[in-house]
Amino acid sequence: MLTRTYSKVEEILKKYEYRKEMLIKILLEVQKEYRHIPRDVVNYIGTALGIPPAKIYGVATFYAQFSLKPKGEYTILICDGTACHMEGSMSLVKAIEEEVGIKPGEVTPDLKFSLDKVGCLGACALAPAMVINDEVYGKLDGEKVKEILRKLKERKED
Amino acid sequence: SKSELKEAEKFSIKEVRIVTRNIGLIDPRNIDEYIARDGYFALSKALQMKPEEVINEVKKSGLRGRGGAGFPTGLKWEFTAKANAEQKYIVCNADEGEPGTFKDRLIMEGDPHTVIEAMIIAGYAVGATKGYIYIRGEYYNSVENLKKAIKDAYEYGFLGENILGSGFDFDLTVRLGAGAYVCGEETALLESIEGKSGRPRLKPPYPPQSGLFGKPTVINNVETLANVPQIILNGAEWFKNIGTPNSPGTKVFCLAGDINKRGMVELPMGVTVRQVLYGFGGGIKGDKGLKMIQTGGLAGTFIGPDKLDAPLDYDSMKNYGVSLGSGVILAIDDTHCAVDIALNVMEFFRHESCGKCTPCREGTRIACDILEKMTKFQATEEDLKYLEQIAYVTADASFCGLGQSINVPLLSLINNFKNEFEAHVKDKTCSAG
Ligand SMILES: NC(=O)C1=CN([C@@H]2O[C@H](COP(=O)(O)OP(=O)(O)OC[C@H]3O[C@@H](n4cnc5c(N)ncnc54)[C@H](O)[C@@H]3O)[C@@H](O)[C@H]2O)C=CC1
Ligand SMILES: Cc1cc2nc3c(=O)[nH]c(=O)nc-3n(C[C@H](O)[C@H](O)[C@H](O)COP(=O)(O)O)c2cc1C
Ligand code: SF4
Ligand code: FES
Repeated sequence: MLTRTYSKVEEILKKYEYRKEMLIKILLEVQKEYRHIPRDVVNYIGTALGIPPAKIYGVATFYAQFSLKPKGEYTILICDGTACHMEGSMSLVKAIEEEVGIKPGEVTPDLKFSLDKVGCLGACALAPAMVINDEVYGKLDGEKVKEILRKLKERKED
Repeated sequence: SKSELKEAEKFSIKEVRIVTRNIGLIDPRNIDEYIARDGYFALSKALQMKPEEVINEVKKSGLRGRGGAGFPTGLKWEFTAKANAEQKYIVCNADEGEPGTFKDRLIMEGDPHTVIEAMIIAGYAVGATKGYIYIRGEYYNSVENLKKAIKDAYEYGFLGENILGSGFDFDLTVRLGAGAYVCGEETALLESIEGKSGRPRLKPPYPPQSGLFGKPTVINNVETLANVPQIILNGAEWFKNIGTPNSPGTKVFCLAGDINKRGMVELPMGVTVRQVLYGFGGGIKGDKGLKMIQTGGLAGTFIGPDKLDAPLDYDSMKNYGVSLGSGVILAIDDTHCAVDIALNVMEFFRHESCGKCTPCREGTRIACDILEKMTKFQATEEDLKYLEQIAYVTADASFCGLGQSINVPLLSLINNFKNEFEAHVKDKTCSAG
């Protein structure tokens, strides 16, 4: 287990004044910081807020945005809502597998990309759609997806 | 096709913009542009009325909940106003998880102040001093625009203490969802704001009696709220002149799927599916034929072209078996397989079932298993019968609206496309390929 100073976690807790009802916001920031909810951080938050760690795990596993395993630097969400499904969202999933070798629920070994299939992203007029980190991409096809991923791959090198 | 485009002209219909009136016309990040279009005038007017008068105006307008269930908004406010408590809350349901729906996102992104103004008015009317906007975490732009708008509203004195010198205080915060469809169900949403897993509560008591932190709470959808400032400004009579007697006002429809023009359009209640689809959507894309339309959202109905002339309002389910729901109009052409669509719908429900009650958790799983077998031509006629039973039983025995509504899409697909389902189990063929 890596050693953590928890100064970042402390900062987040302080921002929300150690309030129990802010747990989800706190976890969202933890997820953003570490790209997952590390177990030791769960214990730390539990002690700080006086919530049993089991309860925190319960919350962390309930919501799709939290993950107990690290996600990629780029988290790809492919929409498989009905509108996107009809327009070929599964061909996007295939293109991603061809380009970076992961299926929904998986992460690349270098932790660069992770892929998840989700319900509607509220961009149905742009179907099929995907989100990478904070950005929405629409009217996609396999080739466009591969091109986007190639650009992201290069981004690290410079 | 060309003939359909011509057809489209015949059904062209005029937009009536109430909740979308500012979208595209103002810079959503500039409060002065909102004010220049009569923004916060309704608040100022409401603060000069008695709280009961504000509630009465909303009641008289006949405004009903645009989140899908159509409950009278004024009544909800009145219940909350009459509940006895020190602290009350206003909550805006901006979770918008219903597949095919994107109107709330566009309203919040394009005109955030309208929602904020409505919440302050609601707070004044029922005696609540604190509001929450619970919004999907994935709606980055909406979140940004709302936060900026709230900050500006504080600076201008529309939020905070002693609003416009009225002595009324109101605070407003944004809360992010973390990716759970069921959190759109109002009581699950309240659990989530309280920092817990979003599992639905037993109703009654309804939120106006016992809501957030057990206190009386008004919870309204984004689009519902966005109607309020215009109702206060123009009066209930003006509002009632739009739409139908039982469903006054407009509805924002979200068009997607195999049509020429996708997007959002605000039309008077009572427009027909055909008017929306052809008048605004421009008909089916390419030279394909229209196979079906999903109306109302995932928990809504799939209808065949025979129901194109059904008017859309809160009575259309009862009268025509067509859901209004959250305003989804998803056109599906004849290249798609009804069984594949049923599987896609049920997979969504299985994934989003919160697992609190067995009928929903198991029912959605079994339905998916059968449908998956069906798409692989491995299911039997018995399986198809069992699938229908599962739909009834799950709907009957489930705890909340999620499990209770899976029969609607599933049975409407099976009933409309019986031949296709039978072809999958009997002849092991699929006409859509
Ligand atoms: N907009 C979206 O993204 C989604 C919308 N929906 C819609 O949600 C609807 C179901 O929602 P539910 O909240 O389960 O329906 P519901 O019928 O239980 O309640 C509707 C509203 O009326 C209020 N209400 C009902 N009876 C009341 C009473 N006696 N006193 C005070 N208030 C009362 C409820 O508190 C609630 O706000 C469906 O029609 C569906 O279309 C479903 C999924 C997603
Ligand atoms: C599973 C489920 C999900 C729901 N999701 C939403 C939603 O995302 N947005 C919404 O406004 N209402 C949603 N609702 C309806 C709410 O429970 C509630 O009826 C609504 O917020 C009331 O507001 P209104 O009266 O303004 O429509 C959902 C209901 C169920 C059963
Ligand atoms: S019906 Fe489904 S979503 Fe609703 S409480 Fe039961 S398991 Fe949860
Ligand atoms: S169905 Fe994919 S964004 Fe709505």
